[in-house]
Amino acid sequence: MTTEAVVINTTELRAKQPRFRGLESGHRACLGCGEALAARLVTESAGPDVMIANATGCLEIFTTPWPESAWRVPWLHSLFENTGAVASGMEAALKAQGKSTKVLAFGGDGGTFDIGFQALSGMLERGHNVLYVCFDNEAYMNTGIQRSSSTPHAAMTTTSPPGKERMGKRHLKKDIISIVAAHHIPYAATSSVAYPSDIRKKVRRAIAVEGPTFLQIHCPCPLGWGHEGNESIEIARLAVQTGLFPIIELERGGLAGAMPLRHPKPVEEYLKKQQRFRHLFTDDLRAKQELEHIQAIADHNISNYELLGEGKDAFDSEGIDTVRRGGMRWA
Amino acid sequence: MLQPLEGSQAIAQAVALCRPQVIAAYPITPQTHIVENISKLVADGTLQCEFISVESEFSAASVVLGAAMAGSRAYTASASQGILLMAEVLFNIAGMRVPIVMTCANRAISSPLSIWNDQQDSMSVRDAGWIQLYCADNQEAVDTTIQAYKIAERTELPVMVCVDGFILTHTLEAIDVPTQAQADEFLPPFQFKRSLDPRHPLSFGTLVSPDFYTEARYSHHQALLKAETEILFADQQWAAITGRRCGGLLKVEGHPDAKIAILTIGSVLGTLQAALDEFPPEQPVKLIKLRCFRPFPVEALKTACENLTDVIVLERAFSPGGGGIVGLEVLAALAELPTPPRVHSFAAGLGGRDIPLSLLGKLLEAAKRSQHERFSIIDVELSRLPEEDR
Repeated sequence: MTTEAVVINTTELRAKQPRFRGLESGHRACLGCGEALAARLVTESAGPDVMIANATGCLEIFTTPWPESAWRVPWLHSLFENTGAVASGMEAALKAQGKSTKVLAFGGDGGTFDIGFQALSGMLERGHNVLYVCFDNEAYMNTGIQRSSSTPHAAMTTTSPPGKERMGKRHLKKDIISIVAAHHIPYAATSSVAYPSDIRKKVRRAIAVEGPTFLQIHCPCPLGWGHEGNESIEIARLAVQTGLFPIIELERGGLAGAMPLRHPKPVEEYLKKQQRFRHLFTDDLRAKQELEHIQAIADHNISNYELLGEGKDAFDSEGIDTVRRGGMRWA
Repeated sequence: MLQPLEGSQAIAQAVALCRPQVIAAYPITPQTHIVENISKLVADGTLQCEFISVESEFSAASVVLGAAMAGSRAYTASASQGILLMAEVLFNIAGMRVPIVMTCANRAISSPLSIWNDQQDSMSVRDAGWIQLYCADNQEAVDTTIQAYKIAERTELPVMVCVDGFILTHTLEAIDVPTQAQADEFLPPFQFKRSLDPRHPLSFGTLVSPDFYTEARYSHHQALLKAETEILFADQQWAAITGRRCGGLLKVEGHPDAKIAILTIGSVLGTLQAALDEFPPEQPVKLIKLRCFRPFPVEALKTACENLTDVIVLERAFSPGGGGIVGLEVLAALAELPTPPRVHSFAAGLGGRDIPLSLLGKLLEAAKRSQHERFSIIDVELSRLPEEDR
């Protein structure tokens, strides 16, 4: 019996692709990686006339094991903490050359909230025409799940383990979007990998702005959060639906929109699906207190951003990505 | 035409002649006058470029890295703590083989805090993979700055032009600033074939496994060794246009039959020249001006030191617990000679301590001692130290 060799003409196949892909498949991300999906969505929406400055982190590692690269756009990784500055330099060079190519800066939460914070602030303050995207998976996943200033309160990481004296991370998640917005940049927004059309819309909006823009995308990490890869989207959605990760837009520092939440879910629905919060579901009295504490954080977000809203607009974030709501910001 | 210019002002004008498109800098003494003067040239419209006042030296180095990778000629300047803060980026720039020129206004390192001159800053980053050229005077600083762009862009290696803080940066000298036509004839527009381009998307700064890392490091080392030719070529070509040379890799002066040489790095050369004129020693003495410290010019140094009995290395920095940095490299290089001279390594003028003309006699005296000293700090005042620290 003979087998016929299957010949695939990749060039032809690529020509048939319905849309531009900046980040190709075949990279080394884990199954269900929220960051990989979000990065693909961002580059897809941004199009080919871009160049990327990428911070050290999972995204850098899994996309470019030399001599291979999953990027179809010009891409540069320098260091962990200088992405804002490298992007500033790229933008200045393009400006000096009279080119209109848009510069994107990619960083994880560690590279954005912590070690790259100063370079980011400098870039925003100086008004560089760069879209900075923070893929927020709430810990240093690349080095093996250590707490960052983005790790939510009470979450377990390898450097915030629960024990007799501790109930996971002792501190609150840093409110990076407010800090970024305080630079009074033209546009800053949060988004979640559970809402692809929201990401696309916000990227397109940010790209069109001449000046610094910022997008924080909530991305589950199955390995770091302790859930199955096929649950990433569901869990990311629950973070939004409980009010723990509000989806908002800010223009020149002022709130310009928020994804409504008509029927917020209790935080337990989100937390119980993740191993990083499993110590909160024990008989320990402290566990109960922490759950109350986290619910209070969600309630604060809901009231602070007035997520419950009024009128007969969108019902809630359920199906927000598929239901068409004519004329609505969130359609 | 000769003009009375402060070193920093002259360097700023030299930078402008190279038509940089992106400049990023953060203020630090004694580098500030350079970037202030450049800022003024930009404000007056004499120099058209993106001038970015960053929030740290770390970002200054990062901005020029991004700018050069995006296809623009870039410049930055720093000193001392700024150089150390940049250190991680400096290694990164060199490893990625990005052609950038930086002025290092040499200054001591804290602690204790000192804003004055020595060369501990640039010496501390000697392993970063940059070409390092040291200037003996401000005319050299001007000429070397322009040459540095040529060298950087032909070798795809970053070049650090080291000028002694205050001694050069804040001193007025009669400078022949080249014309724009001379600079343009020497330096073509910026060309960098590995720059970022959406039409030809490439990935840079990728993760490299043990299968390739060694080869990357090897080729970087080779590139630095090969850069010697380009450093000499740039100096020759510059001489053909302006009639001035900076001494290539190193320059020897003094009596041809001298058996003793003093090797200097940076502006202290002038002090020793003056000392030789004023107090001619009994024995003739040669002066070796080491202009290029990275790559370390082993062959040129061996030729310069043939038939010598003693080489006195005047260090402007050292490695505590180790000794003289330059001296050790000189010793290693000259060990290859059939009859290697004795190498003496003396540090002087640390943290801005004045180097008087009388140092010459002291150096020669110390080298004569039968007890050979590998390293010492020759101008230390032991009486200022408590007994137990002497």
